[in-house]
Amino acid sequence: MKIALVEYGAGNLPSVERALARLGADTFRAPNPAALSGADAIILPGVGHFGALMRQLGEQGMIEPLRERISSGVPFLGICLGLQALFSASDEAPEDRGLGIYGGRVSALPPTAKLPHMGWNRLERQPGSRLLEGIPDDAYFYFANSFAALPGATGLANAEAALCDHGGRFVAIVENGSVCGVQFHPEKSGQAGARLLENFLRLAQVNAKNGNGGKSAGAAR
Amino acid sequence: MSLARRIIPCLDTDGSRVVKGVQFVQLRDAGDPAELAARYNREGADELVVLDIAASRDHRPTFLETIRRVAAELAIPLSAGGGINTLEDGQAILRAGADKVTVNTAAIRRPALLTELSEEFGAQAVVLAIDARRDGDHWRAYVRGGHDATDLDAVAWAHEGVERGAGEILLTSMDRDGTRKGFDCELTAAVSGSVSVPVIASGGADTPQDFLDVFEKGKADAALAASIFHDNLQGFGALKRFLAERGVPMRVSA
Repeated sequence: MKIALVEYGAGNLPSVERALARLGADTFRAPNPAALSGADAIILPGVGHFGALMRQLGEQGMIEPLRERISSGVPFLGICLGLQALFSASDEAPEDRGLGIYGGRVSALPPTAKLPHMGWNRLERQPGSRLLEGIPDDAYFYFANSFAALPGATGLANAEAALCDHGGRFVAIVENGSVCGVQFHPEKSGQAGARLLENFLRLAQVNAKNGNGGKSAGAAR
Repeated sequence: MSLARRIIPCLDTDGSRVVKGVQFVQLRDAGDPAELAARYNREGADELVVLDIAASRDHRPTFLETIRRVAAELAIPLSAGGGINTLEDGQAILRAGADKVTVNTAAIRRPALLTELSEEFGAQAVVLAIDARRDGDHWRAYVRGGHDATDLDAVAWAHEGVERGAGEILLTSMDRDGTRKGFDCELTAAVSGSVSVPVIASGGADTPQDFLDVFEKGKADAALAASIFHDNLQGFGALKRFLAERGVPMRVSA
C-alpha cells in the first residue's frame, strides 16, 4: 500500500513522513496530479495559512485531482490546515476557496482564550471513531491553531468524530467513510498520535483490499 | 477540558554538543543533543527547545545538522533558534525539522523580522525569546545571550513582539537563570498578563513546587528547564504527577 504525502512546501511534511516511517508505512511525496494517481491513500499535511495553501495547491494543479480522488473514495487524511482544506472556505482567507468536500466554513477561534491554541488538549468524543480506536479517553493531542471548523460545519451529524474546547468548542476530528481530518498534529502527539496514524493506515489498508473507489461515503455534497 | 500546561526541557548547545552554565557563563559539556532528545521524548517531555548559544555564522551548518538529528528522535514539537537574523535563517531552521523558530537579538534590532517570519510561516511557528533582568521597578530586555542591555522594558517588548507577529513568548529571567532559586513568578505574571499568546517561563527551576508556583502565581502556559533534567534531578513522570495532583492540567502519560 502506497501513501501519498501531498508536497506543497508544508513544514510538517518531514515529521509526518518520519512518524509514518516508524510505523513501517510506504510513503512517497506527491507534488503533482500524476503522482496522486498511484496512491492507495493520501495525506495532506499542513501548517500555515489557508489562502497560501489553496493558492499553492492551485498552482500545482492539485485542487481538482484531490477533489476527484477524495470523492471517489481514496482514503484521505488532512492534518491541521489539511483538515481545514476539506471545507469550502475559511475566515482566514475569505477570498480563497477550499476543496469543498464539506460545504461549511472554517472560523476564527474566539479570542476569549490565548491564541494560537498551542499545546496539548483532550477530546470530547463521539462513539465509534475508527481513528481513535485503542486510544485512552483521556489522551492528549498536540494542537497549534487559531482557526477551526465549529460544530455542525460538516453538515453531517456523524462526521464530527471528536470536538475540542478552547474558549469554545470546535471540530477536532472529521471522519466520514474514507474522508478523515484531524485539527491536531498526530505526528507531534507522542504515542497517542502514533496510534491514530496507525489506525488511519489500517483503515486505508481495509479500503485497498476492498478494491478502493466509488463505494465510500466520500463526498458530502 | 483545558489545555495542559507544558513541561519543556531545553538543550543549550554550542552548535553540536549540549552545554550548560550559570547565568550565561562558565559553560561545560552536558551530552549529545540527539541522545538527550530521545530520552526526554520517551520520558514524557511535552516539547523540546534547542538553542545554539554560540550562534556564530561559520558553524551554522553544524547546528542545522543537530536540529535534523534531534527532530528525527521526536514525536513532540521542537523549537529551535540562536543567531536567527533573517527570514532565510528561520526557513533553514524549520526545514531542518523544527516546528517553531525562536528569535531574540535580531528581533530587537529589527522588529519587522517577527512580522516577516509570521507572515511566511504562521504565528504558531514564531517564538520571541526575551532575556530579562530586573532593573529597579521593572525588567529590562537584554540581547546577545545576555551580554548587552537594551533600552526596552521587557513587558512592553513582549506586548509589541506579539503585535508584530510572535505566537509565543519564551521568557528567561536572567536573575534566576542557573541559580535554582525558582522561577521569577512576578516577571512571568507581568508578561503573561500583557500578551494574548502562550508564555514559556524559564530560569531558576529546581523543585516541583517551583513549577507549581510558576503555573499558579506566574500564570505561565509552559515551564522550561535544562540542568535539572540533564542531571536527572527531576523526572518528567514524577514532576507531572505532582502537578496534576495539585490541579494543574498535565499530560501525564506519554
